[in-house]
Amino acid sequence: MDYIVSSDILNEGDRIKPRKIKQAIVEIVSDSGEGAQKCGQSFGAISAKMGNGVWTVEIIPAEIQPPARSREGASGIRVRIGSDKVTNMGNHADLVIALNEQVVYGRIRQDAYNGNTLMFIENKWAKSEQETIRQQYSEALLKFKELGIKVVEIPMEEECLKLMPDPRKGKNMWILGLLSYMYDRDIPKAEDQIRRIFKKKTDAVIDLNIKLLHAGYDWARENLPFRYEVTPMDVDNDMVVMNGNEALSMGIMASGIELCSMYPITPATSVSHHLAENFERVGGIVHQAEDEISAIGFAIGASFAGKPAVTVTSGPGLALKTEFIGLAVMAEIPLVIIDVQRGGPSTGLPTKVEQSDLLAAIYGEAGDAPKIVLAAATIEECFHFVVLARKLAESFRTPVILLSDANLATGVQPFPRPKIDPLWLTNPIDQSPWKDGAGPFEWDENTGTSKRPIPGQKGGMYTVTGLAHGKTGKVAYDPEINQASVESRSRKIASFQKSLKPPKINGDPEGDILLVGWGSTLGAIEEAVADARAEGLKVSSLHLRFLFPIVPGLVDIFNRFKKVITVEINYSDTLGHPMITQENRRYAQLAWLLRAKTHMDIDCFSNVYGQPLNPEKVLKMIKSELKIENSEVKG
Amino acid sequence: MLVQTHEYCSVPSQDHDYGMEDYGKGVARWCPGCGGHSILTTVQRVCKDMQYEPEKTVVVSGIGCSGRFPHYMGTYGFHGLHGRAFPVASGVKFRRPDLNVFVVTGDGDCCSIGAAHWVHAIRYNMKMVALLFDNGIYGLTKKQTSPTSPLGTHSNTHPRGSVLPPINPIQTTLGLANVSFVAQTVDWNSAHLYATIRKAAEHPGLAFVRIVQRCPAFMRDLYGDIAVNPKNLILLSHENGINLKPKARKAFGRVIEHDPSNIHKAREHAEINNGIPIGLLYQNTDNARYDEYGAHNLGMGVEEKKQNLECLLDQYTTSNSV
Repeated sequence: MDYIVSSDILNEGDRIKPRKIKQAIVEIVSDSGEGAQKCGQSFGAISAKMGNGVWTVEIIPAEIQPPARSREGASGIRVRIGSDKVTNMGNHADLVIALNEQVVYGRIRQDAYNGNTLMFIENKWAKSEQETIRQQYSEALLKFKELGIKVVEIPMEEECLKLMPDPRKGKNMWILGLLSYMYDRDIPKAEDQIRRIFKKKTDAVIDLNIKLLHAGYDWARENLPFRYEVTPMDVDNDMVVMNGNEALSMGIMASGIELCSMYPITPATSVSHHLAENFERVGGIVHQAEDEISAIGFAIGASFAGKPAVTVTSGPGLALKTEFIGLAVMAEIPLVIIDVQRGGPSTGLPTKVEQSDLLAAIYGEAGDAPKIVLAAATIEECFHFVVLARKLAESFRTPVILLSDANLATGVQPFPRPKIDPLWLTNPIDQSPWKDGAGPFEWDENTGTSKRPIPGQKGGMYTVTGLAHGKTGKVAYDPEINQASVESRSRKIASFQKSLKPPKINGDPEGDILLVGWGSTLGAIEEAVADARAEGLKVSSLHLRFLFPIVPGLVDIFNRFKKVITVEINYSDTLGHPMITQENRRYAQLAWLLRAKTHMDIDCFSNVYGQPLNPEKVLKMIKSELKIENSEVKG
Repeated sequence: MLVQTHEYCSVPSQDHDYGMEDYGKGVARWCPGCGGHSILTTVQRVCKDMQYEPEKTVVVSGIGCSGRFPHYMGTYGFHGLHGRAFPVASGVKFRRPDLNVFVVTGDGDCCSIGAAHWVHAIRYNMKMVALLFDNGIYGLTKKQTSPTSPLGTHSNTHPRGSVLPPINPIQTTLGLANVSFVAQTVDWNSAHLYATIRKAAEHPGLAFVRIVQRCPAFMRDLYGDIAVNPKNLILLSHENGINLKPKARKAFGRVIEHDPSNIHKAREHAEINNGIPIGLLYQNTDNARYDEYGAHNLGMGVEEKKQNLECLLDQYTTSNSV
């Protein structure tokens, strides 16, 4: 095979000895419904179980069954595995396995491949009965080769046909076999994985898929003159492997929340799928409401009645819930609201990542409605931040919005197994008699906090209202009472902010550029900063988890850098267009917030391609900011 | 003190004899002559006669004149958002079967802005009493057409008369999936009002009661004739229906025997337009109840939760014997 670089071939007798590599980025792209994601997630899970660092990103079309061989309908997955912890999707793929040539185009446009990428492509199209397909196929191959991609045609269909009549549903496990050989994966673990993902299917289905796995493995052994090994890490503690939405679901269960009230919305829905499957085992329940508004209203009702509740949604759902969020602020009802962000506005990009709900989460309600807004930056934080959110919601008697996004939702990453604290699971129901004569909103002068009576408590009978009210809970239009009550609700947030510590800086505490991020971009930003620092650039970064109230100490930190730039996946105007001036430029959302909070000239780097950020783009931006001409970066 | 859910008690305590004063709070601020006053007193009487513990009773309302109702009750109350009383009340009840829940909603609240929730609350059929205060007009915002305003109603939004036929709330409710209790009564016949709400409180499911209500401020004429001439009220009578004393029955000029288990007849009676049919139109005590589903796994202790969580985490845990 002439595509093989000679250094890759390390023969050891008749067996090929795997070459050690630090990391590999593998993509599988296909038509929707061919199981590319199942294959990739399995490859990731097996790798994580072997002790590798893993990060996966799903490539999902918005439709369930888009037309076959369509460029827009490309469905797939990228899996990055490494010898160390992997925190982001990386830059260009080392290997792409394509089930047809059309689905590759979109990924090329997204700059997923370069001259170092090896492509295994299904060869059946070359023999298609339709001339247009044969033509499209040969044209595409030429084009891919022009781009420097090393293209190898593989008889996937032909090989799978030996085991099953319709390989459309089986090729993915054959590919898993091929990958297992190529990256020296543990075959018993791969078989276990197949048993797990097909646990609801018949034994015959499981057997067939295991046969396909072995067939792919054997084919690769006979035909591939190279093999890699990505050495696993030594980890002492137990690790768990799951995606962000599974982590949110597990976090919900571990937080002591016992009701999830939701309405289906991409990309948040799989949280409720996971909960629906498991929640009742830990004493909880899922309510699928008739709409987004009802979903939050139901959760608020449950929480008012002393049952910790969560509602899980995405941008359009958050928009519908705003009136109820305002009520929860006004009536001081604890509630956790999880927003798995997607591209917007409106229906936007349902399956793609964006971080555009930050300001809506903080300021979306009518009137003054301060609440706590957090953002998880890793899969691990998806778990722990739910526990934190419930605690904050109850301590401060407020709704807490936890932001995640489509990148975290389907991304898989191992993290240390959480140690469940029984205190997380306790119920807030206090049925001891309410202090005689005390109002339901006896705001503490200093902290603005107050204790709430819960139905069932004798003597605490009060009426929650979204109307202005004073300490007694009674409707009050008195101007002094309104000023005092709005102040108390604001004071709670200030007193919570007082308990926060300044954020940690990644890199030196001073330098030329400080990048500031939030949410799922953490890994890409820190990898770019590490690469920049390795080249001697004075760049650091920090990542915000507490967005509202904002962490303290930012002005002091920012002052030690020549330039502060936020890195976000949302829209901002780029200077340079004739219509855009310093005066009318719209900033990315965190930049907007930080400019307002710090009075400093904070810049932003943001875009809305619907793609997770990769380190290379951040590094390029750093270099262009530092006016480094040669911005050639390694892939 | 933290109390586990399974420890609280749903049996009314016998050491307290609750009186009317235990269910009242403040002075109702509706207009003089508003039907709200008599409904409030009646609900308080029903609570007293049922000996509901005030602390175990929650009244949830939306927005509008009816929305103020919980403020005048000595129980827990939730005066929420316009149209959203049903979702909140359902959330309260879902995991707290020990609470007695009332929903108070108006014609704009229930049949217009909150119509989606009305449809689904009926389907959820959770044990609670839902009172529709239907005065055929938006009162609190000062006379706009409501979905139940009769065709041609002159209002501030339709000064030349409303142009669409009204929704008939009982007819609509009788058409909804899993409907289990539909009754109609009027605010000005206290005996019938009491007997209806009492029957509703005893119903094992969602009891939907439309209360035809007078609005002296904006719809003085709507039920004027009917209120003064009892002949316009048509009593739906049955041994399984609303239980009225013989003396109270005499107030009605017209009586129709109606078996509340017959939904087809109920739908026919719902369409009567030469008078107001009052009584129990439909009842079925065997319908699926979503609150039973909601409460089916209550009360798991912390230790058991933790154990089961650890088992779940095991499924995601990687082995380190590499």
